[in-house]
Amino acid sequence: MIEILSAIVILTGVLFIFISSIGVIRLPDFYIRVSAITKAATLGVACIMIGVAIHYNEVSVAIKAAAIVLFLLITSPISAHIIGRAAYEDGVPLWKKTKINEFRDYKEGKLDDQTGDKDAKQGGKGEHQKGLEDDQKN
Amino acid sequence: MSWFEIVLLFALIMLSFSGAIVFVRIIVGPSLPDRVIAFDLIGSITIGMIALYSLTTGVESYLDAAIILSLILFLGAVAFAYYMRKSHKQ
Repeated sequence: MIEILSAIVILTGVLFIFISSIGVIRLPDFYIRVSAITKAATLGVACIMIGVAIHYNEVSVAIKAAAIVLFLLITSPISAHIIGRAAYEDGVPLWKKTKINEFRDYKEGKLDDQTGDKDAKQGGKGEHQKGLEDDQKN
Repeated sequence: MSWFEIVLLFALIMLSFSGAIVFVRIIVGPSLPDRVIAFDLIGSITIGMIALYSLTTGVESYLDAAIILSLILFLGAVAFAYYMRKSHKQ
């Protein structure tokens, strides 16, 4: 019974990782590929770890598997965000069918005029500008 | 060979196959961030393979290597992003 459950969860995780790798080779744009890797691969590794923890049926292995899943859940979005930001500043082109480019509008200050909630956005923008200035000083 | 070992073997073969697919993206990737992201995915696939190998051999200490790998991967991606931004400013 435990083996059946474990095998089902492991095969689900492997399927997610396989879909993610197909997405890496097939999707048209760097930023879309980042989303494929961040979501699908993290979910796949989490499923494999849950399957391993089910099959061993011990507390120590379950803690190790939970640690791996926790590290991946914390670090994977951060690294995707940092890489995506560095790629945008490096000039990696967007897909030609991409219509919404909120990051460019945000940098040019256009985003404040289009949305109704002015005060909150401007407060956030002020902090952002301050951070940019600090970066340039360094 | 029980049916569960066959399932594990099939899972390992699928993971190796997806690793080979991602390696194509490392070769043809038009920009540096594509290669970094593909490398990140290969690391995730390696974590899964280590976990499955620990199941096939029954040695649970191999999971420690997977923990370390999941931390090292984050450092690798962040270091690449840091040096990309630094070289872009100059």
